[in-house]
Amino acid sequence: MTVAESAFLIPDFAPAAAEIVVLFMACVVLVVDLFVSDRHRWITYGLCLLTLLMAAMATAMYVPRETVLTFSGTFVSDPLARVLKLFTYSVTAVVFLYSKDYLRERALFRGEYYLLGLFATLGIMVLISAHSMLTVYLGLELLSLSLYAMVAFSRDDPVAAESAMKYFILGAIASGCFLFGTSILYGVTGSLDLAEIRRAVATLDGLNIHLLFALSFILVGIGFKFGAVPFHMWVPDVYQGAPTSVTLFIGSAAKIGSLALLMRVLVEGLGGVQQSWGDMLLVLCILSMGIGNIVAIAQTNLKRMLGYSTISHVGFILMGFLVGTRQGIEAALYYTVAYVIMAAAAFGMILLLSRRGFEADELDDFRGLNARSRWFAGVMLVVMFSMAGVPPFLGFWAKLAVLGAAVDAGLTWLAVTGVIFSVIGAFYYLRIIKLMYFEEPSDTLSLGGGSDLKLVLSLNAALIVFLGVFPEGLISIFNQIVTTAP
Amino acid sequence: MIGVAHYLTLAGLLFTLSVAGIFLNRKNVIILLMCIELMLLAVNFNFITLSRFLGDPAGQVFVFFILTVAAAESAIGLAILVVLFRSRRSINVEELDSMKG
Repeated sequence: MTVAESAFLIPDFAPAAAEIVVLFMACVVLVVDLFVSDRHRWITYGLCLLTLLMAAMATAMYVPRETVLTFSGTFVSDPLARVLKLFTYSVTAVVFLYSKDYLRERALFRGEYYLLGLFATLGIMVLISAHSMLTVYLGLELLSLSLYAMVAFSRDDPVAAESAMKYFILGAIASGCFLFGTSILYGVTGSLDLAEIRRAVATLDGLNIHLLFALSFILVGIGFKFGAVPFHMWVPDVYQGAPTSVTLFIGSAAKIGSLALLMRVLVEGLGGVQQSWGDMLLVLCILSMGIGNIVAIAQTNLKRMLGYSTISHVGFILMGFLVGTRQGIEAALYYTVAYVIMAAAAFGMILLLSRRGFEADELDDFRGLNARSRWFAGVMLVVMFSMAGVPPFLGFWAKLAVLGAAVDAGLTWLAVTGVIFSVIGAFYYLRIIKLMYFEEPSDTLSLGGGSDLKLVLSLNAALIVFLGVFPEGLISIFNQIVTTAP
Repeated sequence: MIGVAHYLTLAGLLFTLSVAGIFLNRKNVIILLMCIELMLLAVNFNFITLSRFLGDPAGQVFVFFILTVAAAESAIGLAILVVLFRSRRSINVEELDSMKG
């Protein structure tokens, strides 16, 4: 459908019902929050969770199971989008719940965090459902702008302001590069629609220099948003400088947005030149796994260490994509979902250990945790083993899926490189376990945190164990929803 | 005769200028914000040229969206700048180095 034909038709709103619900409710919460006193701030929090629940119902109850395009072909609702959106809602709800006590203890329990979180979620949803470069751009900016403001929202903290500034500058450069690439892609293919771009790319000859020029600029943007080396400079600073509840959001829910960006633009739009972007991603993949894992060893700040650990996990996700087979794409999706679940639990543990005036973000703060709480030392053990890729936890199956896809595509040397870097990376995960179990606690206070935080954190760890023992269910979901391969 | 190539070259030059400005400037954060605006304007130039050349209005629509988002982006950038200045009394790029490793 071209723009001219559909200009006077009312579009079908049903596929975008969830987005409309979130947007409407975010505006309602914005107004309600003005009239709520600090003592009743839980109303804002409750309304945000209710919004996510309503959005989940809108997404789950949408009947057509096939792919539906609406808004002149700029918006798509397909099985992949619906599954990723449902996952986004649950992760965001968990993030909101984990953050509540932390924010309250720092007098940051205001509407801003939850509202910006809702708008960022809306950005992720638009990115997931994007079917035109215009929607991709709008979703990406809605997500990024909300995140810049979230990092800076602890206004009296100079470190947070500094990391927000770095994040803003580098993020804006990334958006600029992405847009510059998009404009050239528009010139080469003559369209902004992803399906049109795919068609036009297929008719071009193999090595169109203009297309490669556009592709490299787009890849710079995607690399920045994902935090892949050499575009990773912002990751450690933002992870360390932002309030932990914001780091939790950037480390978990926002990763789904980056995944959707890569999936829609590279796999769907530019699938025809997979060979070219696969080679470019190969460089990013090896550098990310190497630098992420090696530099993480030198860190003493846990949030910064998890930042470098993210970079190394991004290397694995990119490995799934660069393989270029359907199996590889499924593995990359599986890896991302697994990583998001693990990252939520890891930052949840930092939030649990922190209390008023104490951040618990140094490695030493986990010293002797076993003596203080056997149960939560066990939770951290599960998360760290899973991130290191030790069987039978979730992280093991995710790594296995990606490495299996690489071997099946004839990239055995790349899989071996990945395994070597994972072994190097296991060192810093195991160091935390050694600190928790084999050293004396420097801090004997019992753990704070509300019972809801403790319950959901335990369930989060239980999910990592459960999906590790019974991995087939999650894998088969991705088998069904991936319809496009390059 | 001025053709498409000239317009695209001009956009490319503006883009290069903005990137160079970001990486060469070590003094003032406000100049970084100006460079980011210039970068988006270079992209707008590209879009309008190509839209006219292809006879397709979608590129011009995209420009309106970029202009709007650029306004929101600089608003947030300046807000972060104010927060930064209040806590540090300086907006010197070289002093943004309290985190290492």
